[in-house]
Amino acid sequence: MSRRVVITGLGPVSALGIGIDETWQALLEGKSAVSRVDRFDPSGFPSQIAGQVPDFKVVKFVPKSDRKATKVMARDIELAVVGADSAARDAGLVTRSTDPDGYKSDDFKPTYASRRMGCHIGAGLIAADLEELTQAFVQAVKEDGSFDIHKWGADGMNNLTPLWLLKYLPNMLACHVTILHATQGPSNTITCAEASSELSIGESLRVIQRNAADACLSGGADSKLNPLGFLRQIMTGRTNTTDNDSPTTAVRPFATDAAGTAAAEGGAIVILEALETYQARGGEGAYAEIVGFGASQTVNREKGHIKADPTGSGVTNAVRAALAEAQITADQVDLILPFGTGSPDADASEVAGLKAIFGDRLSEIPLVNTKAYAGNAGAGGGAIDVCVAAKAVKEQTIPARINCDSPLEGVNARTSPATKADLNYVLTYSTSFGGQNAALILKKCD
Amino acid sequence: MTKRVVITGIGWVTPMGYDIESVWQGLLAGKSAIGPTTHFDASTFPTKFCGQVADEYTHNDFVTHKDLHEGVGANTSFALGAATQAWKSAGLDQFADLDPTRLGIYLGSGEGSLDFENYAASALAGWDEEARGIDAAKWAAKAQSCMSALCEIEQEPNMPLTHLAMEFNAQGPAYNCLTACAASTQAIGEATEILRRGQADVMISGGAHTMIHPLGVTGFNRLTALSTRNDEPQTASRPFSADRDGFVMGEGSGMLILETLEHAQKRGATILAEITGYGSSADAFRVTDMHPEGAGAYEAMKQALDQAGVTTADIDYISAHGTSTKENDSTETMAIASLFAEHAPTTPISSIKSMLGHLIAAAGSVEAIVCVLALRDQTIPPTINYGKKDPECHLDYVPNESRKLPVDICLSNSFGFGGQNDTLVIRKFQ
Repeated sequence: MSRRVVITGLGPVSALGIGIDETWQALLEGKSAVSRVDRFDPSGFPSQIAGQVPDFKVVKFVPKSDRKATKVMARDIELAVVGADSAARDAGLVTRSTDPDGYKSDDFKPTYASRRMGCHIGAGLIAADLEELTQAFVQAVKEDGSFDIHKWGADGMNNLTPLWLLKYLPNMLACHVTILHATQGPSNTITCAEASSELSIGESLRVIQRNAADACLSGGADSKLNPLGFLRQIMTGRTNTTDNDSPTTAVRPFATDAAGTAAAEGGAIVILEALETYQARGGEGAYAEIVGFGASQTVNREKGHIKADPTGSGVTNAVRAALAEAQITADQVDLILPFGTGSPDADASEVAGLKAIFGDRLSEIPLVNTKAYAGNAGAGGGAIDVCVAAKAVKEQTIPARINCDSPLEGVNARTSPATKADLNYVLTYSTSFGGQNAALILKKCD
Repeated sequence: MTKRVVITGIGWVTPMGYDIESVWQGLLAGKSAIGPTTHFDASTFPTKFCGQVADEYTHNDFVTHKDLHEGVGANTSFALGAATQAWKSAGLDQFADLDPTRLGIYLGSGEGSLDFENYAASALAGWDEEARGIDAAKWAAKAQSCMSALCEIEQEPNMPLTHLAMEFNAQGPAYNCLTACAASTQAIGEATEILRRGQADVMISGGAHTMIHPLGVTGFNRLTALSTRNDEPQTASRPFSADRDGFVMGEGSGMLILETLEHAQKRGATILAEITGYGSSADAFRVTDMHPEGAGAYEAMKQALDQAGVTTADIDYISAHGTSTKENDSTETMAIASLFAEHAPTTPISSIKSMLGHLIAAAGSVEAIVCVLALRDQTIPPTINYGKKDPECHLDYVPNESRKLPVDICLSNSFGFGGQNDTLVIRKFQ
């Protein structure tokens, strides 16, 4: 019999703000935070809008003793560090980072022993800071101004800080988080694009179920808010290039007038705990229990891997596996947080995949989409959805639905205000560009 | 009750070649696959040598669905070649009854190689000398004119996974993890866990990686992690020797077919070995350094032994992480010495990185295959280039010559930058 696992802390970081309170408030008010890109001049790019996290200083989220480490943090790492801090505090966990003064004392008592805490964080392809690299490149050019690899190898590269590479290894998100919170149990970095953070939460779930850890920091973070990462998103053909003047209404998942998504930065860390250890530490009021997880891969040899699979079979398979583990039927799902980027082909694929499971009942289950609010945060996005799903279950409230005046046929996504509802089971899933899919079923705590 | 998990297929693409037997014979003979770097002009770099997969290699010699893999990056290409070998060696090309939703993939593959030439050209075109910064609009104009969308998309670390899924119609659980040099060992461990729980019948697992490109070598050269013994590349990788001066980069892929025992037996597959233990830990110590006492490495090995239900006395061979860096080899030795105690001096340890170089994310998968072959042939490969004894590395590293001995149970270690530690226990099936 595997152990039961609950979500006890939420740390979303997105355009909607930092922490679950700011995020939830925006979702109740139905306020999209997608905006014109202000990190760099977007005028040369076909898409010029994004989900951008409000300004923060990462040093405020780490102990004083760790300030030096923030110098080797790419933006993606900062987002994970902030999310982890926010989640650990939300769960009331005593860790090295949440109680740095206590940590120094001899009788420091963390909530969990280091070896019983795991960490699973999804990450994207971290783009090297263009400005930092180019400052070094300009030291290695030929007379005609073109790049000279001989000069680079001989001396140019020395203009990069020795630790340069360590900012951009995807596992550095987990590396920094494990150091900050002193977690020495099983740790992993999943890199399956948009499916990464839900796959990571699924892996934490398994690690706790099989008793290899009692608690995990889990989720993902990603930033596409640098010129290269941003351009790569545009090159997938899924970003919005027609609504640059109206960013808050640009991302319209499951609407008949959907015209693409907005690239974003963001992510979330959540705290998972074994129910038995959570109760043993006196915990009460967990957000939700994770009762089902499923993973799958979409294969459509005719369409290849760049175009969406019109049948949505990968979504169907992941959701089916999650429902089976939860031992519930499709009829018992009360709310869905879909992937829904607002890219028409991808949205249609999801709807087909969901209809194969829910049939006509799909038109009755509310679909709440966070991309309309905060854009597509790549490897971090799924964890934001898990936060919202968990909070919705806890509050028994469906957040406001926005940017969908004319929903696709058979889909309950029409713009509507937040409302109270009986939510026993909530489904959330992600599907990556590349075809990996992950689905989670959250249940209201008894 | 968890299921037993066995290995039924193996395949690899390495700097020494890309079929199982010839590379294995090369490893037993103590050959080096290291030579001058030719993938790019490294003539002025601090390190000018590495272990490269031969230029003649192409996945098109292996795959069935060539049209699905046009424009793939090197990692995907290596992964396809290795996985196709593994698939055939498992007899799955002759087996029609596999349910696609019960066939999963768990890889530890690296990020793709940056399109460096166009990246550098765009960067320089976007540079505003007066502002000492990037003019994003100028950068965007150049980048959009020279960068290829397909090439950029294919750099995503999930792409080897995606292409394997298309090639083999694998629709079950699908993951790629990227925990630096520990990635593919971790992938095999987690794939094993998925099978143990019965959430798939068959998993393709392993890794693929190259960092032999200008920014990869730059990054490791700046960290001073690479050997700079440019005058003698073939003896530069010297794991555990006192005069080791850093690791030597390799590239390639190792792929294994893992299967539940019941599925393998039902279809009459040849069972090569069994995976009985997996351990994973984080150092949580420092971004740049391993834990000084190897606490994380100790913990990963301990977990793997415990799960396998064996003791250090039962281990016949340790396939070491053994990178040939000062820090790794002494720390790994310390962790082994501490965990194995009185059995440490009599347990043979070797590092094939002395011959192939370090395949980064793919290293662990190739080393897991080495364990399978060591069990099959009752022979363990040597650590070559072993010369001067290091007082901090005082164990039996199987110096320079392979060794025949009874091998029933192997332990394979992989440790990654960032403090990620993973260990597998692989044993003879009985």
